Amino acid sequence: MTSKKITTFGALVALAFIFSYIEMLIPFHFVVPGMKLGLANIVVVCALYLLGAKEAFVISMVRIVLVGFTFGNMNTMIYSFAGGILSFLVMAIAKRVNLFSIIGVSVLGALLHNVGQIGVAIFMLETKTLINYLPFLLLMALVTGVLIGIIGAELTKRLQKIVKHLQ
Amino acid sequence: MKKNDIILISVVAILCIGSIFYLFVNKKEGTKISITVNGVLYKETELSKNQTIEIKTNDHVNILSIEDGYAKMIEADCPDQICVNQKKISKKGESIVCMPHKIVVTVDDGEQAELDGVAN
Repeated sequence: MTSKKITTFGALVALAFIFSYIEMLIPFHFVVPGMKLGLANIVVVCALYLLGAKEAFVISMVRIVLVGFTFGNMNTMIYSFAGGILSFLVMAIAKRVNLFSIIGVSVLGALLHNVGQIGVAIFMLETKTLINYLPFLLLMALVTGVLIGIIGAELTKRLQKIVKHLQ
Repeated sequence: MKKNDIILISVVAILCIGSIFYLFVNKKEGTKISITVNGVLYKETELSKNQTIEIKTNDHVNILSIEDGYAKMIEADCPDQICVNQKKISKKGESIVCMPHKIVVTVDDGEQAELDGVAN
């Protein structure tokens, strides 16, 4: 690992961490309980397109651990991991099969993040009625997914040159 | 945006709106409130009886109020306060969830509870 790569990783993890923090300051719960913007996913999506799948995965996981220890607990970390891993896997596959643009990839990530979290909630709280939230959450995920995808597309376009210099 | 993106978004949107519509049409007034903590039944009560219930879990307290046929979480000592900000509930299948304390408050109707009783 070159020092350039290490600093890139550090900056991106820090950025994802700050996005998670900002998200905590914006209460979106009144729309749908448990709803989130998914700002941190901007970093993961960009990393997936600019650096590669392995790198994006590392950034996503490090962020979850850091945010979990700073603002949450073991319990919230399980939810984050379930959403984060599932959403990452789908985004990586979706990018590889090349059927979708960065917006479609981001939307799939947002959708699967919710599926993962509701899945864990149903399992942990043993309440199937939680599935009633899924259509509302997924509808919101479409909106936030498109939004994050558009931001991600613009950022990757602009950052491409800089990243090439780094490698 | 590719054509596939639009197909994906439209299909998911239609499915979601369809199921929201389905949930909306099938809404029935509930009669019972059941409170579970960590998946275990904590208390079951009538929705018609006005009352406030303290739900004690370990060192935490949530206060649920039942008034005029609606249940609402009015207080919780959790950091996120998502449950307190949730709307009041009265229809069958609606729920209030407090993730940090693993509390789920659900509206049932009498029949459903009986069926569950048999199954148990």
